[in-house]
Amino acid sequence: MSVVAAASVAHQSPTDPAGSKAGKSTSMDGVPGRRLTPYFLLLPAFLALLVFYILPTLTLASTSLQTGSLEEGYSLTWRWATYGDVITQYWPQFRRSFVFAAVATVLALLIAYPLAYTIARKAGRYRNLMLALVVAPFFTSFLIRTLAWRQILADHGWAVQIFKATGLMQLTDWLGLTQGRVLATPIAVILGLTYNFLPFMTLPLYTSLEKIDPGLLQASDDLYANAWQGFWKITWPLSLPGVVGGTLLTFIPAAGDYVNQQFLGSTAETMTGNVIDSLALQQRNYPSAAALSLVLMVAIVVLVAIYVKRAGTDELV
Amino acid sequence: MSTATDVPVQQDLGTGLAIRSLSKNFGDFTAVDSIDLSVPEGSFFALLGPSGCGKTTTLRMVAGLEQPTAGAIYIGGQDISGMRPYQRPTNTVFQNYALFPHMTIFENVAFGLRRRKVDDVRTKVMEMLELVELSHLANRKPTQLSGGQQQRIAVVRALVNRPKVLLLDEPLGALDLKLRRQMQLELKRIQTEVGITFIHVTHDQEEAMTMADTIAVMNKGHVEQLGAPVDLYENPHSAFVAGFLGQSNLISAKVVSRDHDVLVLDFEGIRLTMPAARARTTEADIEIGVRPEKIQITDPGQPVPGDNTVDGIIIDASFVGVSTQYLVRTKGDEELTVFSQNTATTQRRVGDHVTLSWHPEHTFGLRAGSYDEAVAAEIAT
Repeated sequence: MSVVAAASVAHQSPTDPAGSKAGKSTSMDGVPGRRLTPYFLLLPAFLALLVFYILPTLTLASTSLQTGSLEEGYSLTWRWATYGDVITQYWPQFRRSFVFAAVATVLALLIAYPLAYTIARKAGRYRNLMLALVVAPFFTSFLIRTLAWRQILADHGWAVQIFKATGLMQLTDWLGLTQGRVLATPIAVILGLTYNFLPFMTLPLYTSLEKIDPGLLQASDDLYANAWQGFWKITWPLSLPGVVGGTLLTFIPAAGDYVNQQFLGSTAETMTGNVIDSLALQQRNYPSAAALSLVLMVAIVVLVAIYVKRAGTDELV
Repeated sequence: MSTATDVPVQQDLGTGLAIRSLSKNFGDFTAVDSIDLSVPEGSFFALLGPSGCGKTTTLRMVAGLEQPTAGAIYIGGQDISGMRPYQRPTNTVFQNYALFPHMTIFENVAFGLRRRKVDDVRTKVMEMLELVELSHLANRKPTQLSGGQQQRIAVVRALVNRPKVLLLDEPLGALDLKLRRQMQLELKRIQTEVGITFIHVTHDQEEAMTMADTIAVMNKGHVEQLGAPVDLYENPHSAFVAGFLGQSNLISAKVVSRDHDVLVLDFEGIRLTMPAARARTTEADIEIGVRPEKIQITDPGQPVPGDNTVDGIIIDASFVGVSTQYLVRTKGDEELTVFSQNTATTQRRVGDHVTLSWHPEHTFGLRAGSYDEAVAAEIAT
């Protein structure tokens, strides 16, 4: 605060030519103290980012270029080949992470969009109750909820029995998604991912759908658009910020997830997250774990950048 | 436009808009109570009334945005009341414009044409943008336009579809006074140019009178009176209309005799006359009205032959520039408002004795008890 006070005193001095010049300007930028305010406001967040993100990432990068063992210690040898090794060795898991995350994101979008639309447009006085129900699963631990899915998808559970009785299982077996059972199959892991990240898809969608003026749909109705055209020409484009936000909030954590595979999958569904977990905590192969983490991070950033650019949400109001 | 209104109505329903026994209930509340309206093709028609009178609900039923509880709506003799909004030959200018924020001005105006797969969209859109002199803004987004510009785009986005009836729902409500005046003239010009029937909903009596050929004054779901602005103003049929359109003095009098088409009245012992055709009651008790600007204020004892004259004392005078507004109390404690042009070299003062006079033709007669209703109308505005 003393900086601000000193600056205003200097500014008020009539002999200071720069100060008197700034005094004529109505812009707040003319006051030196105020010009620095945004930086002061950013300071706590920047410090947190530095300590908890930038420094650890640098450490991670350094670790990925080290060689050695737990017993003999590690030293920085700039071994870039570790990157090539992990990509070649864990390519199937790596690809699986992105495929599972993408499928789960699409499923979550298909489930959440009608849900968010209903809450925003049709729920009336039940709107707040429905929103509370969307968030309600968060009151139970993520791990417990995922463990519950083990029971739901158990081989002799009612869900699987119905699945088998209706013949749907034959179809998914034929597609290679299930193998006479649901648990320990790709479909179980994808269902787990979809379920766990559904609220992250629903809430941004709700926010952007709720903001759309219902008068716009009346106008499109008046201008010869039927309900289908009204949706695709008005509602959908105006909800795109929510679609982009929701898909990012679902895809990014889903691509790095390892809990769903651990509880609901078998070794055939191992994802990048599981590999990193195993490399770091069981094999104690820190350089490989660090390298794979960085590869995953860069891949996600690149994919997201392409996606956001193509979605062109910056064009939207 | 005037040629269109002069065309004699071929049949009962006409070529324009016809509303028959139209009602709308929201639960227990009757918003529109069995109204009938006939709007000739090509006219500028205003639905005027205070908020909650049912004017917007009527408009929304014509647009198809609200389903009628009972009754029928015809355009060009065809019943449209069962149709979806996009099937109707109507287009609406919404109160908040409802321009699509993610589309350019061009695409906003082209929206209706593209849905109907009309040819030559570009020419038609640009022609409409020329009409409101905004073609240079075709590639802007709605948020980059001023309120007045957005308003004009909302009008042409509807007009480009050449509807049989254009519906305007308080389209000038969001604009400031000066811009509103300007847009009133502009809308009138556009309507004259395109010759399409305009139905304009407003609560602003001046706006309705400036623009409309015909005004329907609505109150509590009913049409109180329908007519040309001059008729409504000069010969209101109810205290509500008299009070809603401008100011008026209402005083109680008794009918003394009827001499052919002239009514002879007694007011505080003074003999007044008025044309019998301008009285809406045949009872002996009557309430007579006269607009404040119709009354001449003169020194006492200088009656104008043939005029109605009443003596009184000035109890209040407010100078408002072009005119002075006097409040004059008669010996029977009735108070009359007078608007007097400031043509005299000296101002009259509070306490001066004066004579008020007006032409009998400027008197209108309402049934007794109307004054209280007029007060209610005043509150409503």
